Amino acid sequence: MMQNEPIAQVIEGEKQYSYLNLGPTHPATHGIFQNVLKMDGEVIVESTPTIGYIHRAFEKLAERRPYNQITPITDRLNYCSAPINNIGWHMAVEKLLGVEIPKRVQYLRVIIMELARITDHLICNAVIGVDTGALTGFVYMFQQRELVYEIYEEICGARLTSNIGRIGGFERDFSPKAWEKINRFLNEFPVVLKEFEGLLNRNRIFMDRTIGAGGITAEKALNYSFTGPNLRAAGVDYDVRVANPYSSYEDFDFIIPIGKNGDVYDRFMVRQEEMWQSLSIIKQAIAKLPEGPFHGKVPEFYLPPKEEVYNDMEALIYHFKIVMGETDIPKGEVYHCVEGGNGELGFYLISDGGRTPFRLHFRRPCFIFYQAYPEMIKGSMLSDAILTMSSMNVIAGELDA
Amino acid sequence: MMEAAQQEKIVSVINEKFEGEIIQSGVIKDFFTLIVKKDKVIDLIHHLYRHPDTKFQFLTTLCGIHYPDQNQIAVMYQLHNLVSNQRIRLKIFLSADNPSVKTLTPVFAAANWMERETYDFFGVNFEGHPNLKRILNVDEMLIFPLRKEYPLEDQSREDKNDLMFGR
Repeated sequence: MMQNEPIAQVIEGEKQYSYLNLGPTHPATHGIFQNVLKMDGEVIVESTPTIGYIHRAFEKLAERRPYNQITPITDRLNYCSAPINNIGWHMAVEKLLGVEIPKRVQYLRVIIMELARITDHLICNAVIGVDTGALTGFVYMFQQRELVYEIYEEICGARLTSNIGRIGGFERDFSPKAWEKINRFLNEFPVVLKEFEGLLNRNRIFMDRTIGAGGITAEKALNYSFTGPNLRAAGVDYDVRVANPYSSYEDFDFIIPIGKNGDVYDRFMVRQEEMWQSLSIIKQAIAKLPEGPFHGKVPEFYLPPKEEVYNDMEALIYHFKIVMGETDIPKGEVYHCVEGGNGELGFYLISDGGRTPFRLHFRRPCFIFYQAYPEMIKGSMLSDAILTMSSMNVIAGELDA
Repeated sequence: MMEAAQQEKIVSVINEKFEGEIIQSGVIKDFFTLIVKKDKVIDLIHHLYRHPDTKFQFLTTLCGIHYPDQNQIAVMYQLHNLVSNQRIRLKIFLSADNPSVKTLTPVFAAANWMERETYDFFGVNFEGHPNLKRILNVDEMLIFPLRKEYPLEDQSREDKNDLMFGR
C-alpha cells in the first residue's frame, strides 16, 4: 500500500483514515523495517509489516561454505549478542560430530554467553528508556557495553561480529588481561545497573508510559511461538537453559524471572532481572571453573599450533585441510537450540557427508515473534507502537537472515 | 532424549485416528522423527495438539528441504510440548514439480510467516494460507532460490573468474 508516499489520506464512508509509512529507515525503529500503518487520528487501525530489507541469503550461503566458515554468518544474525550465535552453532556441529567437550570449555562458554546476554538485554532496555524520553540511562549503559566488547576483543580480537571460539572450544585460553577485564566488569556493572534501575524501575513517568502498552496474553504468545524474554514477560517460564540444558547450565543456580501481562514494562523488568541472573551465573562459573584444556579433541576442525604444523606431518595435513575447507563431516541430522538474547535460537543442520551442510535452517526467534507485532499494536497509539517494537527487541539481522 | 515408552505413546495416539499415516518413525540423533503421509498431516498435527496425552501446543519451527535426487521437497515441522518438554519432528515429502500441502495457520498463528518463508524459498504452495506471498525476497523474483538447481552466484556474471578455487 503506497510504499513510496510518506503519508496519504483516504476517506472510507464517514471516516477519514491516513496511511503512514513507519520506516524503512526511520530513526525510531532501530533497524530497517517498514510498517504501513492505517491510522484513525493517532490510533492504529491496521498495520502491514514488510521485512527482508537486509536479507543476505544466509541459508543459501551456508550450503556452499565449510563448517568453520559458517561461524561468521551466525555473527550477523543477532549482532547484539553474536557470541551466543557463534557458540550455538559450534555446539550444533559438535552434536553432529558427537565429540566430548571439556568442562573448562563449557564453563568458559557460559561466561561468554552470559556476557553476551547482558549486552543484548542492556541495549534493549537502554533503548526502551530512550524511546520513553530518558536518554541518561542509555549513556550509562552503553559505557558498560563497551567494557564487554573489550573483553571479547581480548579473547578473540573482534568486537561486534565476534566470530568467537572454534568448533571444539576456543582458539586460545583467556589471557590474564581478559580475566582482569571480566573482573572489572563484574565489579563496575552491578553499580551501574542498580543506578539504571533507580532511574527507571519505579519512575512514575516511565511506569505510566509502559504499563499496559503493547501487551500480549500467554495463550497468544504461545500460539505465535514466542520464546525468550518476550514469552517470559507474558508469564510462561520456558527457558532453553533450563528445559534442555547445554554447555553445563545444569551446574548453575539461577531463576527464570517471569512477568504477568506481557506488556512493555514486564518485558523491561524481565530483561532487567535476567541481567542480574546472568551476573550471578558468571560469578558461579568463575568460582567453579575447572582446570583443563581450552578445546576439545577435534583435530579436523581445530587449527593445530604453528610449531606442530612446521614439525609434524599430521598437524600439517590438518592445517591444510581446515584452511582449504576440505574436512568431511559425518552424515546426519541434528537440531540444537540455545537460549539466545531473544529466545530459542535453533540450528537445524542436515549433513550429507560433504564439506558443506546439505541444508542449514536457522530458527530465528525475531522472525517468528515479529509477526505478532501488527496484532499487538492494533488500537494503540503511534508512540506506543514504537515502544512496543523496541521492547520486543526486534533485531533486523535476525529477522531477515 | 525421549524414552521408548513415550515414543510408542505418541505413535499410538496417532494410530488412534490416523492408522497407516506413519511411513517411518525413529530417533535421529536425539530427536524423535516421524515421516508421515502428506494428505492428512495438518489434521494429524491438530490431533496431537488436542490429545491430552501429547499436547504438542508449541510450533518450534517449520522449514523446507529440497532433495534433488528424489525430485522431492520435504517440509519439516518441529513440535514441542512445553509442559512435559517433549519434542517431535514430523516430515512430509512432496513432489518438487508441484509441491502443495494444506496450511498449518488455523492451528498455529506462528506458521504464517514460516510458511511464507518456505514458499518464498522452495515454492511450496500452502493451500488456504491467508497471505501466501514472498516475504524475504523481492516480489518480482522468478525462482525459488533455496532449491538445489540454483547455484549460489549469478551465472550470468562475467566479471569473476572462479577457475582457481572451483567455486
